Amino acid sequence: MFSPCAETGLELSSNPRFRQPSHPPPPFQAFPKGAVLAQDLLKTSLYTTHLAMGARTVPFGGWDMPVQYSGVLAEINAVRTAVGIFDVSHMGRLYITGPKATEFLDWVLTGSAHSLAVGRARYCFICNETGGVIDDTIFYRLEQDRYLLIPNAGNRNTVVTWFQRWLAEKFPSGCEIGDRTMDTALIAVQGPQAAKLVDRLGRLSDGSPTSSLRPFSWGEGLLKGKKFFVGRTGYTGEDGFELVVPASNAVSVWEALVDGGALPCGLGARDVLRLEAGFPLHGHEIDEETSPIEAGLQRFVRFDKEYVGAQVLRQQREEGVQRTLVGLTISGRSAPREGYAILGEGRVQVEEVGRVTSGSYSPTLDTSIAMGYVLERYATPGQTLAIDIRGRVIQGEVVPLPFYTRAK
Amino acid sequence: MNPNDRRYSKEHEWVLVDDAAAGKATAGITHYAQDQLGDVVFVELPKLGAAVKFMGKMGEIESVKSVSDLFSPVSGEVIEINERLLDHPEIANQDPFGEGWLIRVAMSDASEIDNLMTAEEYEAFTSGLS
Repeated sequence: MFSPCAETGLELSSNPRFRQPSHPPPPFQAFPKGAVLAQDLLKTSLYTTHLAMGARTVPFGGWDMPVQYSGVLAEINAVRTAVGIFDVSHMGRLYITGPKATEFLDWVLTGSAHSLAVGRARYCFICNETGGVIDDTIFYRLEQDRYLLIPNAGNRNTVVTWFQRWLAEKFPSGCEIGDRTMDTALIAVQGPQAAKLVDRLGRLSDGSPTSSLRPFSWGEGLLKGKKFFVGRTGYTGEDGFELVVPASNAVSVWEALVDGGALPCGLGARDVLRLEAGFPLHGHEIDEETSPIEAGLQRFVRFDKEYVGAQVLRQQREEGVQRTLVGLTISGRSAPREGYAILGEGRVQVEEVGRVTSGSYSPTLDTSIAMGYVLERYATPGQTLAIDIRGRVIQGEVVPLPFYTRAK
Repeated sequence: MNPNDRRYSKEHEWVLVDDAAAGKATAGITHYAQDQLGDVVFVELPKLGAAVKFMGKMGEIESVKSVSDLFSPVSGEVIEINERLLDHPEIANQDPFGEGWLIRVAMSDASEIDNLMTAEEYEAFTSGLS
Protein backbone atom coordinates (compact mmCIF):
# COMPACT_ATOMS: atom_id res chain seq x y z
CA MET A 1 0.00 0.00 0.00
CA PHE A 2 2.89 2.38 0.71
CA SER A 3 4.73 1.77 -2.52
CA PRO A 4 6.18 3.56 -4.37
CA CYS A 5 7.07 5.74 -1.41
CA ALA A 6 7.66 2.95 1.04
CA GLU A 7 9.63 4.46 3.87
CA THR A 8 9.27 8.15 3.23
CA GLY A 9 5.60 8.31 2.31
CA LEU A 10 4.20 9.95 5.41
CA GLU A 11 6.66 12.64 6.29
CA LEU A 12 5.13 16.07 6.20
CA SER A 13 7.93 17.87 4.51
CA SER A 14 9.07 17.54 0.93
CA ASN A 15 12.29 19.26 2.00
CA PRO A 16 15.05 16.60 2.36
CA ARG A 17 16.31 18.49 5.44
CA PHE A 18 13.28 17.27 7.36
CA ARG A 19 13.08 13.74 6.07
CA GLN A 20 14.60 10.54 7.45
CA PRO A 21 18.40 10.54 7.66
CA SER A 22 20.12 7.94 5.56
CA HIS A 23 21.40 5.94 8.55
CA PRO A 24 20.67 3.08 8.45
CA PRO A 25 20.19 2.56 4.72
CA PRO A 26 16.50 2.35 3.85
CA PRO A 27 15.25 -1.22 3.50
CA PHE A 28 13.21 -0.54 0.40
CA GLN A 29 13.87 1.67 -2.55
CA ALA A 30 11.74 4.78 -2.17
CA PHE A 31 11.17 5.24 -5.85
CA PRO A 32 11.92 1.92 -7.53
CA LYS A 33 11.87 2.99 -11.16
CA GLY A 34 11.43 6.63 -11.98
CA ALA A 35 9.92 8.87 -9.35
CA VAL A 36 6.21 9.59 -9.60
CA LEU A 37 5.65 13.03 -11.02
CA ALA A 38 3.22 15.25 -9.16
CA GLN A 39 0.97 15.65 -12.19
CA ASP A 40 0.68 11.88 -12.56
CA LEU A 41 -0.75 11.45 -9.07
CA LEU A 42 -4.44 10.64 -8.79
CA LYS A 43 -6.69 12.93 -6.77
CA THR A 44 -9.82 12.00 -4.85
CA SER A 45 -13.11 13.85 -5.28
CA LEU A 46 -12.34 15.62 -1.96
CA TYR A 47 -8.93 16.91 -3.04
CA THR A 48 -9.80 20.60 -3.44
CA THR A 49 -11.78 20.47 -0.19
CA HIS A 50 -8.70 19.14 1.62
CA LEU A 51 -6.52 21.92 0.27
CA ALA A 52 -9.13 24.54 1.14
CA MET A 53 -9.22 23.17 4.70
CA GLY A 54 -5.46 23.52 5.07
CA ALA A 55 -4.41 19.90 4.59
CA ARG A 56 -0.83 19.11 3.63
CA THR A 57 -0.61 16.37 1.03
CA VAL A 58 1.98 13.74 0.08
CA PRO A 59 2.22 11.13 -2.68
CA PHE A 60 0.85 7.85 -1.37
CA GLY A 61 0.13 4.71 -3.37
CA GLY A 62 -0.06 6.75 -6.57
CA TRP A 63 -2.39 9.38 -5.08
CA ASP A 64 -1.85 12.87 -3.74
CA MET A 65 -3.32 12.41 -0.24
CA PRO A 66 -3.71 14.53 2.92
CA VAL A 67 -1.03 13.58 5.45
CA GLN A 68 -2.17 16.05 8.09
CA TYR A 69 -4.69 18.82 8.72
CA SER A 70 -4.40 20.41 12.16
CA GLY A 71 -1.59 18.19 13.48
CA VAL A 72 -0.95 14.49 13.84
CA LEU A 73 -1.22 14.45 17.65
CA ALA A 74 -4.52 16.36 17.72
CA GLU A 75 -5.92 14.11 15.01
CA ILE A 76 -4.92 10.91 16.83
CA ASN A 77 -6.45 12.26 20.01
CA ALA A 78 -9.71 13.10 18.22
CA VAL A 79 -10.07 9.52 16.96
CA ARG A 80 -9.25 8.01 20.35
CA THR A 81 -11.50 10.31 22.38
CA ALA A 82 -14.13 11.82 20.03
CA VAL A 83 -14.49 11.37 16.27
CA GLY A 84 -12.23 11.87 13.27
CA ILE A 85 -12.81 11.47 9.54
CA PHE A 86 -10.46 10.26 6.84
CA ASP A 87 -10.72 10.46 3.09
CA VAL A 88 -9.70 6.93 2.16
CA SER A 89 -11.00 7.16 -1.40
CA HIS A 90 -7.54 6.18 -2.63
CA MET A 91 -8.35 2.62 -1.57
CA GLY A 92 -10.17 0.59 -4.21
CA ARG A 93 -13.84 -0.25 -4.59
CA LEU A 94 -14.10 -3.50 -6.55
CA TYR A 95 -17.53 -5.03 -7.10
CA ILE A 96 -17.45 -8.76 -7.84
CA THR A 97 -20.68 -10.01 -9.32
CA GLY A 98 -21.83 -13.26 -10.89
CA PRO A 99 -22.95 -16.84 -10.27
CA LYS A 100 -19.38 -17.93 -9.45
CA ALA A 101 -18.48 -14.87 -7.35
CA THR A 102 -18.46 -16.84 -4.09
CA GLU A 103 -16.50 -19.75 -5.52
CA PHE A 104 -14.03 -17.32 -7.08
CA LEU A 105 -13.45 -15.34 -3.86
CA ASP A 106 -13.03 -18.57 -1.93
CA TRP A 107 -10.19 -19.36 -4.36
CA VAL A 108 -8.32 -16.03 -4.12
CA LEU A 109 -8.91 -15.12 -0.46
CA THR A 110 -7.55 -16.67 2.75
CA GLY A 111 -10.92 -16.02 4.39
CA SER A 112 -14.15 -17.77 3.56
CA ALA A 113 -16.69 -16.15 1.25
CA HIS A 114 -19.22 -19.00 1.32
CA SER A 115 -19.64 -18.82 5.09
CA LEU A 116 -20.00 -15.03 5.09
CA ALA A 117 -23.67 -14.07 5.46
CA VAL A 118 -25.17 -11.42 3.20
CA GLY A 119 -24.95 -8.21 5.22
CA ARG A 120 -21.60 -9.05 6.79
CA ALA A 121 -17.95 -8.13 6.13
CA ARG A 122 -14.62 -9.86 6.71
CA TYR A 123 -10.91 -8.99 6.85
CA CYS A 124 -8.43 -11.38 5.18
CA PHE A 125 -5.59 -11.71 2.67
CA ILE A 126 -5.04 -12.21 -1.03
CA CYS A 127 -2.03 -14.54 -1.19
CA ASN A 128 0.22 -15.72 -4.00
CA GLU A 129 1.19 -19.36 -4.59
CA THR A 130 4.03 -19.13 -2.06
CA GLY A 131 1.78 -17.77 0.67
CA GLY A 132 3.08 -14.20 0.33
CA VAL A 133 0.56 -11.40 0.74
CA ILE A 134 -0.46 -9.60 -2.47
CA ASP A 135 -2.79 -7.44 -0.40
CA ASP A 136 -4.96 -7.38 2.68
CA THR A 137 -8.59 -6.47 2.27
CA ILE A 138 -12.00 -6.07 3.81
CA PHE A 139 -14.80 -7.55 1.70
CA TYR A 140 -18.55 -7.18 2.14
CA ARG A 141 -21.17 -9.66 0.97
CA LEU A 142 -23.79 -7.45 -0.69
CA GLU A 143 -26.02 -10.15 -2.15
CA GLN A 144 -25.82 -13.90 -2.65
CA ASP A 145 -23.68 -13.38 -5.78
CA ARG A 146 -22.35 -9.86 -5.27
CA TYR A 147 -19.46 -8.55 -3.15
CA LEU A 148 -17.62 -5.29 -2.51
CA LEU A 149 -13.90 -5.72 -1.96
CA ILE A 150 -11.52 -2.95 -0.78
CA PRO A 151 -7.88 -3.31 -1.84
CA ASN A 152 -5.14 -0.90 -0.84
CA ALA A 153 -4.53 2.10 -3.10
CA GLY A 154 -1.15 1.08 -4.43
CA ASN A 155 -2.24 -2.54 -4.95
CA ARG A 156 -5.52 -1.98 -6.78
CA ASN A 157 -4.17 -2.63 -10.26
CA THR A 158 -2.11 -5.62 -9.09
CA VAL A 159 -5.18 -7.13 -7.42
CA VAL A 160 -7.39 -6.58 -10.48
CA THR A 161 -4.76 -8.19 -12.75
CA TRP A 162 -4.37 -11.10 -10.32
CA PHE A 163 -8.13 -11.61 -10.15
CA GLN A 164 -8.49 -11.41 -13.95
CA ARG A 165 -5.83 -14.09 -14.33
CA TRP A 166 -7.64 -16.53 -12.03
CA LEU A 167 -11.01 -15.70 -13.54
CA ALA A 168 -9.71 -16.56 -16.99
CA GLU A 169 -7.92 -19.68 -15.76
CA LYS A 170 -10.49 -21.21 -13.42
CA PHE A 171 -13.79 -19.36 -13.62
CA PRO A 172 -14.29 -18.19 -17.22
CA SER A 173 -17.36 -15.92 -17.38
CA GLY A 174 -18.19 -16.95 -13.79
CA CYS A 175 -18.26 -13.40 -12.50
CA GLU A 176 -17.24 -9.83 -13.31
CA ILE A 177 -15.04 -7.30 -11.59
CA GLY A 178 -16.34 -3.75 -11.65
CA ASP A 179 -13.87 -1.13 -10.51
CA ARG A 180 -15.81 1.83 -9.11
CA THR A 181 -12.87 3.51 -7.39
CA MET A 182 -12.91 6.63 -9.53
CA ASP A 183 -16.62 7.44 -9.42
CA THR A 184 -17.19 6.86 -5.71
CA ALA A 185 -15.65 8.19 -2.50
CA LEU A 186 -14.77 6.25 0.66
CA ILE A 187 -14.89 8.16 3.92
CA ALA A 188 -13.94 6.61 7.28
CA VAL A 189 -15.70 8.00 10.37
CA GLN A 190 -13.80 6.71 13.41
CA GLY A 191 -13.90 7.19 17.15
CA PRO A 192 -16.08 6.67 20.22
CA GLN A 193 -18.48 9.39 19.04
CA ALA A 194 -18.70 8.08 15.46
CA ALA A 195 -22.01 6.28 16.08
CA LYS A 196 -23.70 9.37 17.48
CA LEU A 197 -22.49 11.42 14.53
CA VAL A 198 -23.68 9.06 11.77
CA ASP A 199 -27.02 8.67 13.53
CA ARG A 200 -27.53 12.41 13.44
CA LEU A 201 -26.83 12.58 9.71
CA GLY A 202 -28.75 9.64 8.32
CA ARG A 203 -30.70 6.43 8.68
CA LEU A 204 -30.68 2.99 7.15
CA SER A 205 -33.28 2.21 4.47
CA ASP A 206 -35.49 0.30 6.92
CA GLY A 207 -35.61 3.37 9.18
CA SER A 208 -33.32 1.98 11.85
CA PRO A 209 -30.41 4.08 13.08
CA THR A 210 -27.06 3.57 11.34
CA SER A 211 -25.55 2.62 14.69
CA SER A 212 -27.84 -0.42 14.84
CA LEU A 213 -25.32 -2.08 12.51
CA ARG A 214 -23.13 -4.59 14.29
CA PRO A 215 -19.34 -4.50 13.82
CA PHE A 216 -18.35 -5.99 10.46
CA SER A 217 -21.79 -5.61 8.98
CA TRP A 218 -23.08 -3.10 6.44
CA GLY A 219 -26.25 -1.34 5.41
CA GLU A 220 -27.63 1.17 2.96
CA GLY A 221 -29.56 4.27 3.66
CA LEU A 222 -29.97 7.99 3.17
CA LEU A 223 -27.43 10.48 4.41
CA LYS A 224 -28.34 14.14 3.98
CA GLY A 225 -31.03 12.86 1.63
CA LYS A 226 -28.56 10.98 -0.58
CA LYS A 227 -28.09 7.22 -0.91
CA PHE A 228 -25.05 5.81 0.84
CA PHE A 229 -23.44 2.49 1.69
CA VAL A 230 -22.08 2.10 5.19
CA GLY A 231 -19.98 -0.62 6.81
CA ARG A 232 -19.27 -0.72 10.51
CA THR A 233 -15.60 -1.20 9.77
CA GLY A 234 -12.35 0.72 9.93
CA TYR A 235 -8.65 0.43 10.54
CA THR A 236 -7.93 2.59 13.58
CA GLY A 237 -8.76 0.32 16.51
CA GLU A 238 -11.82 2.40 17.37
CA ASP A 239 -15.50 1.93 16.73
CA GLY A 240 -16.39 3.45 13.40
CA PHE A 241 -17.97 3.40 9.99
CA GLU A 242 -16.82 3.52 6.40
CA LEU A 243 -19.10 5.26 3.95
CA VAL A 244 -19.22 4.76 0.18
CA VAL A 245 -20.95 7.63 -1.61
CA PRO A 246 -21.02 8.74 -5.25
CA ALA A 247 -18.04 11.01 -5.94
CA SER A 248 -20.45 13.84 -6.72
CA ASN A 249 -21.81 13.70 -3.14
CA ALA A 250 -18.47 13.40 -1.40
CA VAL A 251 -17.97 17.07 -0.59
CA SER A 252 -21.43 17.56 0.91
CA VAL A 253 -21.08 14.42 3.05
CA TRP A 254 -17.59 15.47 4.18
CA GLU A 255 -18.81 18.95 5.09
CA ALA A 256 -21.80 17.55 6.97
CA LEU A 257 -19.46 15.34 9.01
CA VAL A 258 -17.19 18.29 9.80
CA ASP A 259 -20.20 20.43 10.74
CA GLY A 260 -21.30 17.56 12.97
CA GLY A 261 -18.08 17.84 14.97
CA ALA A 262 -15.68 15.41 13.27
CA LEU A 263 -12.03 16.42 13.00
CA PRO A 264 -10.53 15.86 9.52
CA CYS A 265 -7.52 13.56 9.83
CA GLY A 266 -4.71 12.63 7.50
CA LEU A 267 -2.70 9.53 6.73
CA GLY A 268 -0.04 10.47 9.31
CA ALA A 269 -2.53 10.00 12.14
CA ARG A 270 -4.04 6.95 10.47
CA ASP A 271 -0.65 5.22 10.34
CA VAL A 272 -0.02 5.72 14.07
CA LEU A 273 -3.59 4.65 14.94
CA ARG A 274 -3.31 1.39 13.01
CA LEU A 275 0.12 0.73 14.54
CA GLU A 276 -1.22 1.27 18.07
CA ALA A 277 -4.01 -1.17 17.21
CA GLY A 278 -1.43 -3.72 16.01
CA PHE A 279 -2.79 -3.76 12.44
CA PRO A 280 -0.34 -4.60 9.64
CA LEU A 281 0.26 -2.29 6.72
CA HIS A 282 0.96 -3.80 3.33
CA GLY A 283 4.50 -3.00 2.18
CA HIS A 284 5.66 -2.97 5.79
CA GLU A 285 4.50 -5.86 8.01
CA ILE A 286 3.16 -7.86 5.08
CA ASP A 287 4.24 -8.13 1.47
CA GLU A 288 4.58 -10.65 -1.32
CA GLU A 289 7.55 -12.29 0.42
CA THR A 290 5.87 -12.50 3.84
CA SER A 291 3.04 -14.83 4.80
CA PRO A 292 0.17 -14.18 7.21
CA ILE A 293 1.58 -16.99 9.37
CA GLU A 294 4.90 -15.18 9.81
CA ALA A 295 2.90 -12.03 10.55
CA GLY A 296 1.02 -13.86 13.31
CA LEU A 297 -2.28 -13.30 11.50
CA GLN A 298 -3.45 -16.91 11.15
CA ARG A 299 -6.81 -15.97 12.68
CA PHE A 300 -7.63 -14.47 9.26
CA VAL A 301 -6.56 -17.61 7.40
CA ARG A 302 -8.76 -20.66 6.76
CA PHE A 303 -7.12 -24.06 6.75
CA ASP A 304 -10.24 -26.02 5.77
CA LYS A 305 -10.56 -24.92 2.15
CA GLU A 306 -8.41 -24.94 -0.99
CA TYR A 307 -7.19 -21.63 -2.38
CA VAL A 308 -4.10 -19.96 -3.79
CA GLY A 309 -1.27 -20.30 -1.26
CA ALA A 310 -3.20 -22.64 1.07
CA GLN A 311 -0.64 -25.47 0.87
CA VAL A 312 2.27 -23.27 1.92
CA LEU A 313 0.27 -21.65 4.71
CA ARG A 314 -0.81 -25.04 6.04
CA GLN A 315 2.77 -26.26 5.94
CA GLN A 316 4.02 -23.16 7.77
CA ARG A 317 1.41 -23.62 10.43
CA GLU A 318 2.49 -27.23 10.99
CA GLU A 319 6.25 -26.80 10.71
CA GLY A 320 6.56 -23.36 12.22
CA VAL A 321 8.36 -20.32 10.81
CA GLN A 322 11.89 -18.95 11.24
CA ARG A 323 10.91 -15.38 12.01
CA THR A 324 7.77 -13.90 13.39
CA LEU A 325 6.19 -10.48 13.80
CA VAL A 326 6.32 -9.04 17.31
CA GLY A 327 5.29 -5.87 19.07
CA LEU A 328 7.93 -3.96 21.01
CA THR A 329 7.60 -1.16 23.51
CA ILE A 330 10.70 1.01 23.81
CA SER A 331 11.45 3.29 26.71
CA GLY A 332 11.31 6.98 25.92
CA ARG A 333 9.87 8.93 23.04
CA SER A 334 12.55 8.46 20.40
CA ALA A 335 10.92 6.29 17.77
CA PRO A 336 12.36 3.23 16.07
CA ARG A 337 11.83 3.67 12.33
CA GLU A 338 11.38 1.16 9.58
CA GLY A 339 14.55 -0.81 8.83
CA TYR A 340 16.29 -0.24 12.17
CA ALA A 341 18.10 -3.27 13.60
CA ILE A 342 16.60 -5.19 16.54
CA LEU A 343 19.35 -6.53 18.81
CA GLY A 344 19.30 -9.52 21.13
CA GLU A 345 21.70 -11.53 23.30
CA GLY A 346 23.13 -14.16 21.01
CA ARG A 347 25.10 -17.19 22.21
CA VAL A 348 28.35 -15.26 22.09
CA GLN A 349 27.50 -11.59 21.83
CA VAL A 350 24.74 -9.09 21.14
CA GLU A 351 23.65 -9.53 17.55
CA GLU A 352 21.00 -8.44 15.12
CA VAL A 353 17.95 -10.68 15.56
CA GLY A 354 15.47 -8.76 13.43
CA ARG A 355 14.36 -5.53 11.79
CA VAL A 356 11.70 -2.93 12.52
CA THR A 357 8.84 -2.78 10.00
CA SER A 358 6.92 0.16 11.55
CA GLY A 359 7.60 2.32 14.56
CA SER A 360 6.42 5.52 16.12
CA TYR A 361 6.01 7.46 19.28
CA SER A 362 2.56 6.46 20.51
CA PRO A 363 0.75 9.46 21.98
CA THR A 364 -2.05 7.22 23.28
CA LEU A 365 0.38 5.11 25.34
CA ASP A 366 3.02 7.85 25.78
CA THR A 367 5.87 5.55 24.86
CA SER A 368 7.56 4.48 21.67
CA ILE A 369 6.27 1.35 19.96
CA ALA A 370 7.32 -0.77 17.02
CA MET A 371 6.46 -3.87 15.09
CA GLY A 372 9.17 -5.95 13.51
CA TYR A 373 10.29 -9.41 12.53
CA VAL A 374 12.59 -11.30 14.88
CA LEU A 375 13.94 -14.85 14.99
CA GLU A 376 11.36 -17.13 16.52
CA ARG A 377 13.32 -17.74 19.74
CA TYR A 378 13.25 -14.01 20.59
CA ALA A 379 9.52 -13.61 20.03
CA THR A 380 8.12 -14.48 23.46
CA PRO A 381 6.39 -11.63 25.30
CA GLY A 382 8.62 -10.40 28.09
CA GLN A 383 11.78 -10.95 26.03
CA THR A 384 14.20 -8.05 26.41
CA LEU A 385 15.54 -6.72 23.12
CA ALA A 386 17.19 -3.49 22.06
CA ILE A 387 16.85 -1.29 19.01
CA ASP A 388 19.66 0.57 17.33
CA ILE A 389 18.20 4.05 16.89
CA ARG A 390 20.78 5.75 14.68
CA GLY A 391 23.63 4.53 16.86
CA ARG A 392 21.86 4.84 20.21
CA VAL A 393 20.96 1.43 21.60
CA ILE A 394 17.62 1.68 23.39
CA GLN A 395 16.11 -1.10 25.52
CA GLY A 396 12.79 -2.56 24.57
CA GLU A 397 10.53 -5.46 25.44
CA VAL A 398 8.42 -7.83 23.38
CA VAL A 399 4.75 -7.32 24.22
CA PRO A 400 1.60 -9.05 22.99
CA LEU A 401 -0.22 -7.22 20.16
CA PRO A 402 -2.21 -5.06 20.00
CA PHE A 403 -0.52 -2.25 21.92
CA TYR A 404 -3.86 -0.55 22.37
CA THR A 405 -7.35 -1.97 22.84
CA ARG A 406 -10.32 0.34 23.15
CA ALA A 407 -12.52 0.13 26.22
CA LYS A 408 -15.76 -1.61 25.24
CA MET B 1 7.63 36.40 11.21
CA ASN B 2 11.37 35.73 11.60
CA PRO B 3 12.69 38.12 14.28
CA ASN B 4 15.25 40.69 13.10
CA ASP B 5 17.39 40.42 16.22
CA ARG B 6 19.09 37.17 15.20
CA ARG B 7 20.78 35.28 12.37
CA TYR B 8 19.67 32.15 10.51
CA SER B 9 21.37 29.06 9.08
CA LYS B 10 20.49 27.16 5.92
CA GLU B 11 19.70 24.23 8.22
CA HIS B 12 16.92 26.32 9.79
CA GLU B 13 18.48 27.11 13.13
CA TRP B 14 18.62 30.62 14.58
CA VAL B 15 21.21 32.20 16.87
CA LEU B 16 20.72 35.26 19.04
CA VAL B 17 23.69 36.97 20.65
CA ASP B 18 22.10 37.94 23.97
CA ASP B 19 25.29 38.95 25.79
CA ALA B 20 27.76 40.32 23.27
CA ALA B 21 30.24 41.45 25.94
CA ALA B 22 30.49 37.95 27.39
CA GLY B 23 30.24 36.28 23.96
CA LYS B 24 27.11 34.33 24.85
CA ALA B 25 24.37 33.32 22.41
CA THR B 26 21.16 31.30 22.36
CA ALA B 27 20.23 28.91 19.53
CA GLY B 28 17.00 27.30 18.41
CA ILE B 29 15.03 26.10 15.39
CA THR B 30 12.95 28.35 13.18
CA HIS B 31 9.21 28.52 12.71
CA TYR B 32 9.72 27.11 9.22
CA ALA B 33 11.57 24.12 10.70
CA GLN B 34 8.90 23.29 13.26
CA ASP B 35 6.21 23.66 10.61
CA GLN B 36 7.99 21.25 8.27
CA LEU B 37 8.55 18.74 11.08
CA GLY B 38 5.03 18.74 12.47
CA ASP B 39 4.33 17.79 16.09
CA VAL B 40 7.70 17.47 17.83
CA VAL B 41 7.80 14.56 20.29
CA PHE B 42 11.49 14.15 21.14
CA VAL B 43 14.52 16.40 21.33
CA GLU B 44 18.08 15.27 22.00
CA LEU B 45 20.47 18.06 23.01
CA PRO B 46 24.22 18.10 23.71
CA LYS B 47 25.37 17.82 27.32
CA LEU B 48 26.30 20.82 29.44
CA GLY B 49 29.93 21.67 28.85
CA ALA B 50 30.03 19.91 25.47
CA ALA B 51 31.86 21.56 22.64
CA VAL B 52 29.76 22.38 19.61
CA LYS B 53 31.09 23.31 16.18
CA PHE B 54 29.77 25.78 13.65
CA MET B 55 27.23 23.80 11.61
CA GLY B 56 28.29 20.59 13.31
CA LYS B 57 25.67 18.06 14.43
CA MET B 58 24.62 18.77 18.01
CA GLY B 59 21.51 16.68 18.48
CA GLU B 60 18.31 15.33 16.97
CA ILE B 61 14.71 16.37 16.78
CA GLU B 62 11.87 13.96 16.08
CA SER B 63 8.29 14.52 15.11
CA VAL B 64 5.69 11.77 14.93
CA LYS B 65 6.57 11.00 11.32
CA SER B 66 10.16 12.10 10.87
CA VAL B 67 13.54 12.74 12.43
CA SER B 68 16.14 15.42 11.68
CA ASP B 69 19.60 16.35 12.86
CA LEU B 70 20.15 19.57 14.77
CA PHE B 71 23.17 21.67 13.79
CA SER B 72 24.82 24.29 15.95
CA PRO B 73 24.84 27.73 14.33
CA VAL B 74 27.95 28.72 16.34
CA SER B 75 31.09 27.12 17.78
CA GLY B 76 31.75 27.11 21.51
CA GLU B 77 30.86 25.50 24.80
CA VAL B 78 27.33 24.60 25.81
CA ILE B 79 26.60 26.56 29.00
CA GLU B 80 22.88 25.94 29.27
CA ILE B 81 20.35 23.57 27.72
CA ASN B 82 16.59 23.98 27.63
CA GLU B 83 15.66 21.26 30.16
CA ARG B 84 12.00 22.14 29.93
CA LEU B 85 12.01 21.36 26.22
CA LEU B 86 13.20 17.80 26.89
CA ASP B 87 10.04 17.09 28.90
CA HIS B 88 7.76 19.31 26.81
CA PRO B 89 8.98 19.05 23.21
CA GLU B 90 5.71 20.60 21.99
CA ILE B 91 7.14 23.98 23.04
CA ALA B 92 9.37 23.76 19.96
CA ASN B 93 6.18 23.95 17.89
CA GLN B 94 4.41 26.52 20.02
CA ASP B 95 7.21 29.04 20.48
CA PRO B 96 10.29 28.18 18.39
CA PHE B 97 11.81 31.66 18.65
CA GLY B 98 11.21 32.02 22.40
CA GLU B 99 10.45 29.34 25.00
CA GLY B 100 11.42 26.64 22.51
CA TRP B 101 15.11 27.60 22.43
CA LEU B 102 17.60 24.71 22.43
CA ILE B 103 20.96 25.68 23.93
CA ARG B 104 23.07 28.62 25.16
CA VAL B 105 26.65 28.73 24.00
CA ALA B 106 29.78 30.56 25.14
CA MET B 107 31.02 31.37 21.67
CA SER B 108 34.60 30.69 20.71
CA ASP B 109 34.37 32.73 17.50
CA ALA B 110 31.57 35.29 17.38
CA SER B 111 32.56 36.30 13.84
CA GLU B 112 31.05 33.01 12.53
CA ILE B 113 27.67 34.65 12.84
CA ASP B 114 28.53 36.91 9.92
CA ASN B 115 28.30 33.83 7.70
CA LEU B 116 24.65 33.36 8.62
CA MET B 117 21.59 34.91 7.01
CA THR B 118 19.68 37.94 8.20
CA ALA B 119 15.94 37.55 8.78
CA GLU B 120 15.29 39.07 5.37
CA GLU B 121 17.75 36.76 3.63
CA TYR B 122 16.31 33.75 5.47
CA GLU B 123 12.80 34.76 4.45
CA ALA B 124 13.91 34.82 0.81
CA PHE B 125 15.73 31.50 1.29
CA THR B 126 12.69 29.69 2.71
CA SER B 127 10.28 31.16 0.18
CA GLY B 128 12.42 29.50 -2.50
CA LEU B 129 11.96 26.09 -0.86
CA SER B 130 9.00 23.84 -1.44
